[in-house]
Amino acid sequence: MIALLTRDLKLAIRAGGGFGLGLAFFLIVVILVPFSVGPESGLLSDIAPGVLWLGALLACLLSLDRILALDWEDGTLDLMATSPLPLEGVVTIKALAHWLTTGLPLVIAAPLFGLLLNLPQAGYPWLVLSLAIGTPALSVVGTFGAALTVGLKRGGLLLSLLVLPLYVPTLIFGAELARRGADGQATTTPMLMLAGITFGVIALLPFASALVLRVNLR
Amino acid sequence: MASIWEYANPVKFSKTASTVLPWVSVLAAVTLAVGLVWGFFFTPDDFRQGSTVKIIYIHVPSAMMAINIWAMMLVTSLIWLIRRHHVSVLAAKGAASVGVVMTLIALITGAVWGQPMWGTWWVWDPRLTSFLILFLFYLGYLALWEAIDDPDTAADLTSVLCIVGSVFAMLSRYAVNFWNQGLHQGASVMRAGAVTGTDTEEKVSNIFFYPLLLCIIGFVLLFVALVFLRTRTEIHKRRTSALLARERLS
Amino acid sequence: MTLTVSDLTVSRGGIAVLEGVSFELAPGRALILRGPNGIGKTTLLRTVAGLQPAVSGTVTAPEESIAYAAHSDGLKAMLSVEENLRFWAQVFGQSNIDTAVQAFDLTDLLERPAGTLSAGQKRRLGLARLLVTGRAIWILDEPTVSLDAHSVARFADAVRRHLADGGSTLIATHIDLGLDGDELDVGPFKASGSRPDPNGFDESFL
Repeated sequence: MIALLTRDLKLAIRAGGGFGLGLAFFLIVVILVPFSVGPESGLLSDIAPGVLWLGALLACLLSLDRILALDWEDGTLDLMATSPLPLEGVVTIKALAHWLTTGLPLVIAAPLFGLLLNLPQAGYPWLVLSLAIGTPALSVVGTFGAALTVGLKRGGLLLSLLVLPLYVPTLIFGAELARRGADGQATTTPMLMLAGITFGVIALLPFASALVLRVNLR
Repeated sequence: MASIWEYANPVKFSKTASTVLPWVSVLAAVTLAVGLVWGFFFTPDDFRQGSTVKIIYIHVPSAMMAINIWAMMLVTSLIWLIRRHHVSVLAAKGAASVGVVMTLIALITGAVWGQPMWGTWWVWDPRLTSFLILFLFYLGYLALWEAIDDPDTAADLTSVLCIVGSVFAMLSRYAVNFWNQGLHQGASVMRAGAVTGTDTEEKVSNIFFYPLLLCIIGFVLLFVALVFLRTRTEIHKRRTSALLARERLS
Repeated sequence: MTLTVSDLTVSRGGIAVLEGVSFELAPGRALILRGPNGIGKTTLLRTVAGLQPAVSGTVTAPEESIAYAAHSDGLKAMLSVEENLRFWAQVFGQSNIDTAVQAFDLTDLLERPAGTLSAGQKRRLGLARLLVTGRAIWILDEPTVSLDAHSVARFADAVRRHLADGGSTLIATHIDLGLDGDELDVGPFKASGSRPDPNGFDESFL
C-alpha cells in the first residue's frame, strides 16, 4: 500500500504538472472571475468564498481521469487485481494520492487566491479549514467516477457528467462553511455536515469503487 | 403457486407484457383523458391564482412520478445486483428514460406556473433545485448506459451508480434545504410557503382533489405501460444481439 | 502448486465462447494454448487468473500462486528499471529483486527510466516483474508480441529456467517457443450453444 502511494507520488512529481496543473487551473479561474463580473471589490469579497470553492472543485475535476486511466492502459490494474492488495485498498490509496497531489496544494494556495478576490479578513482560516475538510471527499468521490468510466474511450466528458452531481452536497456545505466564516456567522452545522460527508464517503465509497473497478476489469 | 421471480425470465416477461400492455395503455389513456378534461374544464378558477392553478394536473403527477421512478430504479437495480435478473435491470433502464421526461415535464410546468405566480421563470427554491439535481442524476445514469458496449457491464455499473446516486441525491436534498435557508432567509420563507402551499394536496380543496387524484392514477398507469413497452423492447434488443453474436460465432 | 481446471465455461460479452475446458498443470510443466484468433484464449486466461468470473466449472489453484501478464507490462516510463521492479516486489510482499535482475540480465539497465528501453529490454523487464512476484504459476498472454527472434529465444530461456525451478506456466502464443511442454488446442472446446448457461440469462433471451 505504502509502495503504491510512494509510486503514485513519484509519478506525479516526475510527470510534471501533477502538482502544478491543478493549481495553475485554479489560479486562472480565480483571475477570470473579476473579468467576468467586474472589478468592484465589494462584490468580489461577497462571492469570494463561493468562487474559491468552485475553482477548487473544478481543479480537482480536471485531474480525475488520470487517477486510474494510466494504470488501466498499461495493464497495471490487471496486475493489481491479481496481487495480494485488495482493490478497496488500491482505490483508497489512489484517492489519497490524488488528494495529496491536487487537493492539498489547493488548500495551501487558497489563501493567496483569496487575496486576489478580496476575501474578508475573518474568512481566511475558514476557507482553509473548509477546503481541508471538504477536498478529501472530492478526491474519493472522483475516484469512484474514475472507476466507473475507466474502460471508456470518451470517458472524460462522461466522468464530469457523473461526478458533478455527486459533488453538490460537498460544494454546498463547503462553500457555506467558508461563507459563514467570512461573514462571522455560526459555522458548526455546515462544518459538521461537511466532515460527516467526508468521513462517510471515505468509509463507504471505496467499496463501491472497487466493485465497479472489478466489473470494468472483467 | 407461481413465484414472482418467474417473471424474471425474459421470455415469460415479454409474453406477460404483451398481454397486459394493451389493457394498461387503454386504461391509462381513459383515466388521463377524464382526469385532465375534468380538471381543465370542469373545475372553477382559483380565487387567488386564476386559471393558472390548473397546471397542477400535470405538474404534481409528473413531479411525483419523477421521484417514485428513481425509487423504483433503486429497487430494481438492487435486485439485479443481488439476484442477477436481467429483466430487473432492463426495467430500470426503461424506467429511467420515462423518469427523465417526467422530471423535465415537472420542471417546465413548474416554470410555466411560476412565471405568473412569482413573476419569474425560475427561483432557486429548495424544491426546484432538488428537481434540477435529480434531472442531472437521470442524465448521468442514462449517459452511462449509452457509453458502455457490453450489456452486463453496463447493467452492473449503472446499478451501482443508481445506488450511490440515491444516497447522494438524498444528501443533496438535505443540503439544498439548508443552503437556501442560509442564503436568503426573509424572502425565501414567503416563496417556499407559496410553493409548498400549492404543491401538496392538503391545501387543495376537494373540487381540485378528485380530478388531481385521477390524473395521478393516470400518470402511474401511463408509466406502467411505458415501462412494460420499453422493457419489452430492451429484451428484444438483447435477444437480437445475442442471436447475432451466436451467428457470428458459428 | 498444481493448477487444475475442470469443465470450465468462459464467456465474452455475455456469450459463452469456450465450454467444458479441462486440464491440469503440474509444477515444472508448460502448457501452450493453441487456436485461431478470437476463439477465446485471452478470455480463458483471464478467467483462470481470476480476473473475470467463470460461467461454470472450477479453477483450482493454491491461494495467491498465480501471476498474470498480458501484452502490457504495467511498467511506468517515468520510473527507473529498479523502481519498477521494487514496486512490484513490494506489492507482492517480496523484498529481493536481485535474482530477477540477474536472471534477465538487467544489471546495466537498473538506473535507466523504463521509458527509454527498447521493446526487447522492456519485455525482459516485464518478465523480471513476473519473477519478483515470487509466484509459481505464470499465465502469459501472447508474451512474444513485438519481440525479434533473438529476444524470443531469450524469453524461452527464461521460461525454461522458471520451469526448472519448479514453476509452471500457461501460455497462449502463435509462435513456436521450443519449450518442452504440452499443447492444448482449444478449438474442440468452442461453445456450440448446446449447453444451457446456468447463471447467465442470455440463454433465456433466445
